Amino acid sequence: MALLEIRKVTKRFGQLEAVKDVSIAVEAGEFFTLLGPSGCGKTTILRMIAGFDAPDEGKLFLDGKPLAGIPPEKRPIHTVFQSYALFPHLTVAGNIAFPLEMAGKSRDEIRRRVGETLELVHLADKGGAYPHELSGGQKQRVALGRGLVNRPRLLLLDEPLGALDAKLRERMQVELIALQREVGITFVFVTHAQQEALALSHRIAVMRDGRVEQMDVPEALYSSPRNRFVADFIGNINLIDVEVRHSGHQGLQLAAAGLGEISAPPLPEAMEGARGTLALRPEHIRLTHPSEKPELKNHFVGTIREYLYLGDVTVYKVALDNDVVLEALATNGAPGRARFHEIGDRVNVAWRHDAGAFLNR
Amino acid sequence: MRAPSSTAKGPERLTRWLVTLPPTLFLVVFFLVPALIMAAASFREPGEFGGLAPLAGHPPTLEAYRFVADPIYFRILAKSFAVAGLTTLLCLLLAYPLALLIARSPKGRRNVLVLLVILPFASNLLIRVYAWIIILGPLNLLYSPEAVIAGMVYVHLPFMILPLYTNLEKHDPALLEAAQDLGADAWTRFRRVTLPLSLPGILSGSALVFIPVLGMFAIPELLGGTGDILIGNLIKEQFLDNRDWPLGATLSILLTVAVLGVAAVSAAFTRKAAP
Repeated sequence: MALLEIRKVTKRFGQLEAVKDVSIAVEAGEFFTLLGPSGCGKTTILRMIAGFDAPDEGKLFLDGKPLAGIPPEKRPIHTVFQSYALFPHLTVAGNIAFPLEMAGKSRDEIRRRVGETLELVHLADKGGAYPHELSGGQKQRVALGRGLVNRPRLLLLDEPLGALDAKLRERMQVELIALQREVGITFVFVTHAQQEALALSHRIAVMRDGRVEQMDVPEALYSSPRNRFVADFIGNINLIDVEVRHSGHQGLQLAAAGLGEISAPPLPEAMEGARGTLALRPEHIRLTHPSEKPELKNHFVGTIREYLYLGDVTVYKVALDNDVVLEALATNGAPGRARFHEIGDRVNVAWRHDAGAFLNR
Repeated sequence: MRAPSSTAKGPERLTRWLVTLPPTLFLVVFFLVPALIMAAASFREPGEFGGLAPLAGHPPTLEAYRFVADPIYFRILAKSFAVAGLTTLLCLLLAYPLALLIARSPKGRRNVLVLLVILPFASNLLIRVYAWIIILGPLNLLYSPEAVIAGMVYVHLPFMILPLYTNLEKHDPALLEAAQDLGADAWTRFRRVTLPLSLPGILSGSALVFIPVLGMFAIPELLGGTGDILIGNLIKEQFLDNRDWPLGATLSILLTVAVLGVAAVSAAFTRKAAP
């Protein structure tokens, strides 16, 4: 049985349907992420789990028992707020002790567990500090510690890394993964940052306009997006308009206007004659010098339009001869060479027959 | 302000002087100098028909201070403190729910409600106190300590509501949600979050009520009985009725010292409440 079950939940605010018929099951111990652009309904779902909003239709269950009618303060669910919402009049230790005091724990236990939690979030020497004396990352850790200290069944995290700068954000991501593994508490994480979602989560629900577009493990979302939105939202991707010529066990034969035939991995739902999109990751495209004979099945000729040098990798924009522009990613692995192609260079553009994914219209 | 002033360049320093000079001058002329005159007057002898006796033949004396040592004056001062304390407490109890209500109202409505709070200031203090005579007279409550307290609370209530509202309005609603999320029921949320965070508002509101009530003489005079005089009435009497200016000046100084003491305690608590 799932720890948290969201069953056919709909939430309206006046005319606006913020969440539409969403069903999600979160297993115990999971790091589950709700990913989507702002206004997609992910925070509304989080607020319904916490108890601050009630669904208009559908039900939520925790451990199989309905959550309806239980106020937030009675739910064994804690939240790490986007703004941290630390109590400014309490010290770090006072903030972390708060949920224990609410639960009526003894003084000794409170002291012991506050101490343990301060260790856990690397703030052992900050127990006496007030929130306004802390840096952003430290505040973040206090909020995490406060949410975890009373061992909730579920910890909800509402864009908790949103206010941190890039470097600190990366470090906190690593800490968050380690922390979740260490305490074993189920996390439901909300974010609009797809890289963060990929890096942290066991499973991700990609949301748009109040609906779940696709729910899967990060690798599956990345390699087999179900539709254009998911493909485009997660990572960078090339989308080529194509028509299915042949659909079989071995693979698909697709036709792109002005390019010719393209081989793609098989997809049973792809009907011959169907129009759709081929989604192709930039890192799957290989650029080679025109003199090198391409040995890959899908190969075309193009011209380098521009490039974006990022240090470890370079992103090239290549215009194919039918004016389709593809992004290709090349790692700058060869010592002593930073770039392989210049603007205006003619190049071979190739990818494997099992790369990419066909998306029905 | 200290750090920049040490590095301030000539023109900046001049600007700062020009800006601060008028209010400083005002305070010196209309507050400091009168206060010093008052202090000097307390060491003089009363004139035959009011005012002060000429210094020639009447050297400075501690006569007024000896007079003030009489327990009756301390009793009246203590009673004034008690009335001011009770008024402050009642104002706080009445103002807090109201300030909270205004602070939690929709944004657009708050300004209207605040306007309603300060609306009584549109009419004269004496007229508003006379209204209480009309209210309390038929109820047979006039000229009693209760009537004095009622008038004091009524007149000073806005001075408690406004600082409380200003404080409560700034509270981050996310803090209450966080407290609720972490297991606090409504009463606990108030006790553990709203109340401690509003302490600076409580203290400044209390100072704004307590200090003026301590010296107030109009309300006890209009609503109180003969036994209900406070230190303010006593001072007024010395100057206008008994024509004993030195005694009035001495009592004034006594009141000023008491008020400064209250202000100092309040300031110390405010610093503690807002780390």
